[in-house]
Amino acid sequence: MPDWFTLIGVVIIVVGFALKLDVLAVILIAGLATGLAAQMDVMEIFAVLGRGFVNNRLMTIFFISFPVIAIIERYGLKEQSANLISKIKKASVGKVLMIYTFIRWLAAAFSVRLGGHVQFIRPLILPMALAAGITDKNGSLSEDEEDEIKGLAAASENYGNFYGQNIFPAASGVVLIQGTLVTAGYEITLADVATASIPIGIVMLIAAVAQFYFFDKKLAKGVSKK
Amino acid sequence: MIAQLNDWMPMINEIFFTMCGIVSIVTGIRGLKNKKAPYGTFAFWTILGLLFILGKFIIDAMGDTGAALIGMSLFVLAALTFTKQVQIGEYSVQPVKEREEAAKKYQNKIFIPAVTLAVVAMALAQVKIPYTVVVDGVQQTKTFVFSGAAAIGIASVLALLFGFILTKANGKEITEDSTRLMMTVGSAALLPQLLGALGSLFSTAGVGVVISNIISTVIPSNSVLIGVIVYVLGMVIFTIIMGNAFAAFAVITAGIGIPFVILQGGNPAIVGALGMTSGYCGTLLTPMAANFNIVPSAVLETKSRYTVIKAQVPISLTLIVAHIILMLVLAF
Repeated sequence: MPDWFTLIGVVIIVVGFALKLDVLAVILIAGLATGLAAQMDVMEIFAVLGRGFVNNRLMTIFFISFPVIAIIERYGLKEQSANLISKIKKASVGKVLMIYTFIRWLAAAFSVRLGGHVQFIRPLILPMALAAGITDKNGSLSEDEEDEIKGLAAASENYGNFYGQNIFPAASGVVLIQGTLVTAGYEITLADVATASIPIGIVMLIAAVAQFYFFDKKLAKGVSKK
Repeated sequence: MIAQLNDWMPMINEIFFTMCGIVSIVTGIRGLKNKKAPYGTFAFWTILGLLFILGKFIIDAMGDTGAALIGMSLFVLAALTFTKQVQIGEYSVQPVKEREEAAKKYQNKIFIPAVTLAVVAMALAQVKIPYTVVVDGVQQTKTFVFSGAAAIGIASVLALLFGFILTKANGKEITEDSTRLMMTVGSAALLPQLLGALGSLFSTAGVGVVISNIISTVIPSNSVLIGVIVYVLGMVIFTIIMGNAFAAFAVITAGIGIPFVILQGGNPAIVGALGMTSGYCGTLLTPMAANFNIVPSAVLETKSRYTVIKAQVPISLTLIVAHIILMLVLAF
């Protein structure tokens, strides 16, 4: 068999994830197919996967923190966070979203599960942003403006989450990076990877602030046209 | 003393992995109360828990045969999720009022366990204590560090302790809430770990070598600039296709990141960290990452399914360029 047959696993992963098939089955079948294409023995394939699974248990260590999360959520963590955020006086759409992006980013960097489109954006951040927008526009927002604010509000959650999470040394992304590179023979620590994730987080904050600032400008321009 | 602690670290790790296993098994037992698929749910979480607790001992005791047995159990887990035999149980919903009253009562003190978890884990990860040992009459300098599992494990146990002291929560509530969290996260929780296992299979089968051979026929291997651009764009494009940066990372880092960036002198930690977040730029652009882009559109009732992605395009493109620049500047 030619070498490139071993890429069958990559194809299975791509197609399987794109079609939203069961992730566990897709990954294991990709592994099995790759091993067979590389003319590995079936028992050897099982052994490599089994050993890889046990060696990578660190990636699932977060199970141990679930009881902590259970306690603090039951005793009002989200509600208290909401109280804190609502104390911030409404200003403009852009300012609300800037502040949320920053808080979300900081929380992710400390691995605090604060955020979520369902838990935070819909009930809290979007209403605050829309309220600020309506005040800015003396009473009403066009349908398009409202839609754009919704898009930006959802985006602010993703920005903070994505570019903050890897600053926490035990984030699953960080352990995957570290695990992959250690397996490849590079002795790096979780703290190295977490530290290396800070600069892009700061660039994201600047870019997000610029985006929200320009949206405020655009909204204000709409007012003067009226 | 420090030297001993270092020797014990593998055992200490096992203690924390055992705790993870216990959380999983407790979830399995709670699964027996499910209306839907009680036995499948029980089997899934219990097998997983046992793999966590016994995995290392099985491999130590039985070698490749043991590892193969674990590999086979993974296929059993996949068969259970594939046939939808792993389900979320029925839980009584805690009244919002109860949580609001708790928030009023504890105020900002409720953040103590959360901050403990984060700060202690981060602080322990920074600890580096050099010490000397004498091996065969020769003095050697070693460095003591907390393993990742120990850092997170110790932080979690401390945070849990503070949580109990603060709220005087009862064990049953915590069991209910923890198992509900486990079932809600479900098999997706295993994604990073399984991709790690797949990564080791890919490297045994030489997948990275094949990809880098193909890429090297197309691009010159001696240009740092081109290597960095191809790696960053490779992560973005693969993530757009798969909807998952973690899956892209294992493949693209082995195939492009290591041979074309790290082997040219790039700092591995910086290249890896920026490689992963390059993938997140792809996540911002793809409907495949439904939970981040499409579901929120539905939750916020936007006019189009793509409203969120549209809002994210300018930031994603800006950050892709920023990744290329940062990798060139910081890693070399």
